[in-house]
Amino acid sequence: MDMTPQEYEQLVEKHCKPSPLGKDMLWAFVIGGAICTLGQGISDFWKAVGLDEKDAAAATSITLIGLSALLTGLHLYEKLAKHAGAGTLVPITGFSNSVASPALEFKSEGFILGTGAKMFTIAGPVIVYGISASILYGILLVIFGAA
Amino acid sequence: MIGKRMGIGTIQFERPPRVRAWAAVGGKKEKQGPLGSEFDHLFPDTMCEETTWEKAEMHLQKVAVGMAANKCKLPIAAFDMIIAGDLLGQCVASSYAARGTQVPYLGVYGACSTMAESLGLAACMVDGGFAQRVCAVASSHFCTAERQYRFPLAYGGQRTPTAQWTATAAGACILTPAADDCAPVRITHVCFGKVCDLGITDANNMGAAMAPAAYDTIRTLLSDTGTHPEDYDGIFTGDLGKVGSALLCELFEQDGIHIAQKHEDCGKLLFDDKQDIHAGGSGCGCAASVLCAHLLPRLSDGRYQRIILAATGALMSPTSVQQGESIPGICHALILESGKKR
Repeated sequence: MDMTPQEYEQLVEKHCKPSPLGKDMLWAFVIGGAICTLGQGISDFWKAVGLDEKDAAAATSITLIGLSALLTGLHLYEKLAKHAGAGTLVPITGFSNSVASPALEFKSEGFILGTGAKMFTIAGPVIVYGISASILYGILLVIFGAA
Repeated sequence: MIGKRMGIGTIQFERPPRVRAWAAVGGKKEKQGPLGSEFDHLFPDTMCEETTWEKAEMHLQKVAVGMAANKCKLPIAAFDMIIAGDLLGQCVASSYAARGTQVPYLGVYGACSTMAESLGLAACMVDGGFAQRVCAVASSHFCTAERQYRFPLAYGGQRTPTAQWTATAAGACILTPAADDCAPVRITHVCFGKVCDLGITDANNMGAAMAPAAYDTIRTLLSDTGTHPEDYDGIFTGDLGKVGSALLCELFEQDGIHIAQKHEDCGKLLFDDKQDIHAGGSGCGCAASVLCAHLLPRLSDGRYQRIILAATGALMSPTSVQQGESIPGICHALILESGKKR
């Protein structure tokens, strides 16, 4: 076999089945949309029981995060996510799943070095760069937004 | 060549060591697969009666070794050596399984090629007269591998079509010297492979990373022994899966050698498409359990006369992948013959 990595890459591409993008996107749209609709329903519920707009928004996030963590613990979230892909990853439920799943799995290494240390292995970068971006945005706002 | 070597890189055993007994154990998904009925023991869940997945993998190895020892009516302490390997960091499943056996232990790592590596080394030990009874073992566990190489199990991610499923399984073989007439299978040749890397960086496409290594080792073995694919009842690669298998056949086609008729892959044999395993099975336990559950019984009763087992491994680590390194592949091949007269 006398083959360069480039030639081999072309051969590999020929034999690799691509991800079914159309199907994946449809699933993501339907499940992601359903989660958002559920969120709207939860928000309406909290408003109906007397919370104001701001508190209802916070209560809705907390409810969705709690539900997602529960489904993660019951090993149901991953079954849904297998089909839904970005539909379960993008909403706040995906963030909850990414924190709850390592927290559960690394319990075998103890609550400090396992659950505590590994809890943010997936969500950590999102938090770090999310906060960094908001700080940067805040500085820009102070400099240019005063007018 | 000198001594026991022939050709470029093949070892021809002067007094072919024999495989006296073997055992394959697996988990739930393996039970549901096409080879489910051929395993010696199957656990109904991934914990295998233990409290952590790592302990479960150790348990798999212990049960496999214990069952193989029982079959040849030997206590484990009667072994001269245990050569074992797995996928975990520092090979802990093997080391902890060997703890308490009072048998000299060699831990080996060849990723998913480990069973062929341990079997090949064991055969060298026996033919060289350094040991009389050697146990070769390898194991893998889906959950221990996932948490080490990828994501927590409960994390909601999608696997790509080229991804493979790590087998929760172990296989153990007990090798004895050529003079042991009770042992039904002979190991006549072994070809330890070279590390091959054609630049694949996608850790979810290990079949593509390993196919060049499988090609290189099998090609070397065939040319060193002057044999052709037709001379074998089957050429069984370790766990190239669907993508790697197609690539291997194409690489041979370019040389004008047709192996597709004779080629099978342990990763494709262990599971079937309905089990949602994407490109096929993988892990040290894949080749090990298919060898012990499926191939050795067929060699033993003469359904197969001569086969090649070419287990393949992808030698990356999570760190090397994160650093953008490409994935080196390895393949070790053995020729196994039925001990029965033709």
